[in-house]
Amino acid sequence: MGMTMVEKILARSAGLENVSPGDVITVDVGTAVVIDQNFMHNRMREPKQVFDPDKIVIMLDHIAPADSPMRASMHKAARRFADKHGITRFHDVNNGLGICHQLVADFGYALPGTLLACVDSHTCSAGAFNCAARGIGHPEMSQVCATGQTWFPVCETIRYTLTGTLAPAMNGKDIILHIGNTYGEHAMHNVEFVGEGVSGMSMNARRTLATMCAEISVEFAVFEADDRCIAHIRERNPDAEFEAQFADPDAVYAAERTVDLGAIEPLVAYPGTIVANARPVKDADQDHIDQAFIGSCANGTLDDFEIAAKVVKGRKIARGTRFIVTPGSQAIFLEAMRRGYVQTLMEAGAVVTNSTCGACCGYSNGILAPGEKCVTASTRNFKGRMGSPEAEIFLASPATVAATAIRGTLTDPREFL
Amino acid sequence: MRFDGKSWKFGDHINTDLILPGPVMLMPYDEQPQYAFHANRPGWAAEVSQGDIIVGGQNFGTGSGRPAARSLKELGITCIIAESINGLFFRNCANYGVFALECPGISKFIEEGDEIEVEFGQFTVRNKRTGEVLQGTHFPEMVLEVMRAGGIYPMMEAKGLLEEPNPETA
Repeated sequence: MGMTMVEKILARSAGLENVSPGDVITVDVGTAVVIDQNFMHNRMREPKQVFDPDKIVIMLDHIAPADSPMRASMHKAARRFADKHGITRFHDVNNGLGICHQLVADFGYALPGTLLACVDSHTCSAGAFNCAARGIGHPEMSQVCATGQTWFPVCETIRYTLTGTLAPAMNGKDIILHIGNTYGEHAMHNVEFVGEGVSGMSMNARRTLATMCAEISVEFAVFEADDRCIAHIRERNPDAEFEAQFADPDAVYAAERTVDLGAIEPLVAYPGTIVANARPVKDADQDHIDQAFIGSCANGTLDDFEIAAKVVKGRKIARGTRFIVTPGSQAIFLEAMRRGYVQTLMEAGAVVTNSTCGACCGYSNGILAPGEKCVTASTRNFKGRMGSPEAEIFLASPATVAATAIRGTLTDPREFL
Repeated sequence: MRFDGKSWKFGDHINTDLILPGPVMLMPYDEQPQYAFHANRPGWAAEVSQGDIIVGGQNFGTGSGRPAARSLKELGITCIIAESINGLFFRNCANYGVFALECPGISKFIEEGDEIEVEFGQFTVRNKRTGEVLQGTHFPEMVLEVMRAGGIYPMMEAKGLLEEPNPETA
């Protein structure tokens, strides 16, 4: 019996010829991504020794720079851990700063055909690079750092063939809202994305879609690697060895579905979840929006800055609406400045912050008060996610968020483009 | 391994942010568990007792990798049974030594407050009020072993793999 992409990567990582749904396997982790959150309250107990310092990367991202002595100690502990074990791929508070999944992409750390683990639930982001990547718990990360191993269940796979081309105002965010609306949650299933629709997507757009698969409870989300994907990695990590994995022709799927990207229109998820909870932006309620946010591991890319700047160019944000933009990394921030996007956004009235997880996880840079309404191009719209549990979070694409910042109510961005 | 306890019922799609909200994670570690379900069930954390059991709906624990299962354990929850359990949350239950069992049909099988008995050799749930038994879904011995050990840290400690906790980041 043939294997799906995810099954092949899992089999390779377990040193097995074959795996099938229902198996539970012990795997070697190719890349372990350690973040500042691991050191908060000693969530990840420090192992005496690490399995391989060259397979571990460390990033300070969720609260960086530190905002309190406790968080400063957390960063200090991360630095000491890196020094002690000779971990050289360390992203401190400097020009290498950024959100972990963004850096994993931008430094070519996620390698096709390999397995990557991190404690953040949006680790599936690296699936854009044909890398089986998954969020695990903090104690497991301690074990992974010590032994290089963890376990995974082999789940059934759903195959998505993407066709057509996404219209310029649309984003990977609109694709996931469409999938969540049409097919619901995907708990205990892997997904793989293939087709000519994928080839037309930038690596940033693919990564937005891969990242958001956490919100439909996917186990592993993996894209087929094409020339664009391979070139992206070669450019950033020229010495890396890897072998992209493709599904066998006789692989068995739980379902095979086709999504026409050309038929997707701007969508907005209502508060609580993106599962079966989105509607077309043009049909959305017209209540006042207090805060519009673009950022996070899903939408802090240069593509997102570009489209947001295009929407707001020559316009001013609505009275009573705050517009906050947080880049995925300091390198993106710098490039967005060079290209004039930051200036355009700030002239319109946006507050552009340092790169950190920030408002997305309710830690900093845009916390919501009771009764406020926020539209966000980030990852998650759970109750209480961005501050008060009495705030309401609508989730949409960067273009929709930017258009909403201008109008002050949920707005279809196509009229501004 | 067998557990007897009083049940607390929750619905579908209970997420990690309800159990351990983001802003609460910035508070001192010991204070965090008392905010479990603060947004959807205020006062619950004060009512729950050692040995109580949570009965959830579909995709229990969806969301983040944060130590939400650890909060429930600190409040005395020994065992979580649900129609289905989110993959990452199930891992974290094992990681922190919380026994977790998927048991399709459990929502209708149990009423809030029922005394129940969960048997992890057979993966069954017995409702002491009705006397009926419901079969849960088996999972491998390897995972059960981690739960029995009280989670990953006791296992790693026994092997001498861990440093002492850093007091500066406690």
